[in-house]
Amino acid sequence: MGEELIVNMGPQHPSTHGVLYLELKLDGEVVLDCVPHLGYLHRSMEKIAENRTYTQFIPFTDRLDYLASMNNNLGYCLAVEKLLNVEVTPRAQYLRVIIAELNRVASHLVAIGTFAQDLGAYATPLFYAFSDREKIVELFDELCGSRLTYNYVRIGGLSGDIPPGTDKVIKDFIKYEYKQLVEYNELLTHNVIFLARSKNIGILSKELAQAYSVSGPILRASGVRWDLRKDEPYLVYDKFDFDVCVGTVGDSWDRFKVRLDEVTQSLRIIEQAIEAIPEGNPVSKVNRVFRGTGESYLRTENPRGELGFYLVAEGGFNPYRCKIRSPSFSNLSVLPALIKGLNISDAVCVLGSLDIVMGEIDR
Amino acid sequence: MIRMFLSGFACLGFIALSAMFLIWWERKISAIIQNRMGPMLTGFHGTLQPIADTIKLLLKEDIAPAGIDFLSWWLAPFFVTVPVVTAFVVIPFSSSWVPYDLNVGVLYICSITSICVLGIFMAGWGSNNKYSLLGGMRSAAQIISYEVPLLLSVLLVVMESGTLSMQGIVHAQEHGWFVFKPHLAIAFVIYLISSTAEVNRVPFDIPEAESELVAGYHTEYTGMKFAMFFVAEYTNMFIVSATAATLFLGGWQGPFLPGVAWFLMKSYFLVFFMMWMRWTLPRVRMDQMMSFAWKLLTPIALLNLLISGWFMLKV
Repeated sequence: MGEELIVNMGPQHPSTHGVLYLELKLDGEVVLDCVPHLGYLHRSMEKIAENRTYTQFIPFTDRLDYLASMNNNLGYCLAVEKLLNVEVTPRAQYLRVIIAELNRVASHLVAIGTFAQDLGAYATPLFYAFSDREKIVELFDELCGSRLTYNYVRIGGLSGDIPPGTDKVIKDFIKYEYKQLVEYNELLTHNVIFLARSKNIGILSKELAQAYSVSGPILRASGVRWDLRKDEPYLVYDKFDFDVCVGTVGDSWDRFKVRLDEVTQSLRIIEQAIEAIPEGNPVSKVNRVFRGTGESYLRTENPRGELGFYLVAEGGFNPYRCKIRSPSFSNLSVLPALIKGLNISDAVCVLGSLDIVMGEIDR
Repeated sequence: MIRMFLSGFACLGFIALSAMFLIWWERKISAIIQNRMGPMLTGFHGTLQPIADTIKLLLKEDIAPAGIDFLSWWLAPFFVTVPVVTAFVVIPFSSSWVPYDLNVGVLYICSITSICVLGIFMAGWGSNNKYSLLGGMRSAAQIISYEVPLLLSVLLVVMESGTLSMQGIVHAQEHGWFVFKPHLAIAFVIYLISSTAEVNRVPFDIPEAESELVAGYHTEYTGMKFAMFFVAEYTNMFIVSATAATLFLGGWQGPFLPGVAWFLMKSYFLVFFMMWMRWTLPRVRMDQMMSFAWKLLTPIALLNLLISGWFMLKV
């Protein structure tokens, strides 16, 4: 037993994914204890929601999980629509599915790229993933004029219809991405060093995952078949044929593989949705300012897990309370339990495989 | 005397140019691998980029962090750079171009380059930074472990050629490069792997593992001191590649072209191979790397040495 060393990893560190600050207690290279410190990106989103009209809060949801802004917009708008009982046209519903799945692909690509980067594969997988993501981002730019914070999904519909020719762009992208997925498999999935670094590292058991209310790909990697798109379908997800990807052991490699497989499944959903998309007007017809009463809770399957919005309305123009259940927060809370006893390299690997976004942890 | 001075200056010039070329080349190779352009703006296809970088580093403030062990912090860059530069003494560029052909050249090059680890550890210790300390400790463990298989594979070449002089080894390969003999081919592979570890390159870049230790032992260095670590890394890469080219690939020997051209082509090809690995593979873990050195590479190298030694005695 050597001298204990306390290393403050972050908030400025190449692999803490934003502004996470981990206080690591080390014995040589072995992590004895880990305390994550949060709050460096706190912007009091929930309080801001109480001082904005329902529509005005949509751009703020972009800044929660900034890698999956469309999904956040969608989750919030669905919660408001549930509160007000707003009907959404079928075309808007299909378009929402398509953009949500496209954004899931983009988000998972970033997760895959940064995970490989954390394992020391210098930038190459990261660049591959980002150049694929670039195609999605450019498509979203066409839709709503923004590359990161979209504000595209509106209460009661979308901010505008897709421009003509978009379906061809999406079909081309799907064809291209299937080819790229083969390359990711060649470059990473069965690479000997990659396997040695991520197999059996940071095993998250089924029971522990459920005890910490972990969700999303991380929960599925532990072998729990739970996907809100299947188990509690919203929008028109029940009309599509897709599989829920699950892992077997719950190690870092499983978490990576589940994400890679989910990209394939998302592409399948988009393929089906784009064929079945009905005619109509997807643009929202709801007034920009309105009052509401009652309360609603709605959860959606975000790329990182279950994103829940709990809204309480007491007749004003603003919600009385808006509680956000962010998936990364629960997913991060399991980190200390996972990395105790591992060494620093593995701790970085586990943190990378959890794929957290600080924007939605601190809110 | 004058000849010695001249060859010394020529070597220093070559080192500077080679390091600059390698930095530019690495950026270009990584760009090609990653579907990018790389440096394009300074000079033709960014060829002047390393010069711009050097000027920038020269003008940077030299920051000394609080609480450092000043002597070891200050001396560390020299301990890393000077051995690498002095290793050039025995590198045979062609049949006549060698600064000084020591009769114990191989021994000299192996011993002088292993002083680098002292500098790296001094940098890690002196910086008063936990990441640097971990990087320095990792580096010491790694370089010392990989020295063993490296020397064992070099030893086989010495046994085969019967000389320790670099030129002598090149001459011993007049009738066929050593790499084409099976037992020396194994030694060559072991040499390549352990030399990659010696110069801290991916997949063995554990001492400066960016995602774990920020920049490892040179986290706290700025300006020219950082540049010295940088130049030492690239020069060291050239040294191990040049040594490999001399020991296994026939050195400056080859048809048609002058010896220098062959020598540089072989050396830079090996450097390219290292860069190629760096931009493709993930990093291994510390304990995996150590067990790889002690449980796999060293036994294979020893066994290889034993069996081929037995055959040599018998024949």
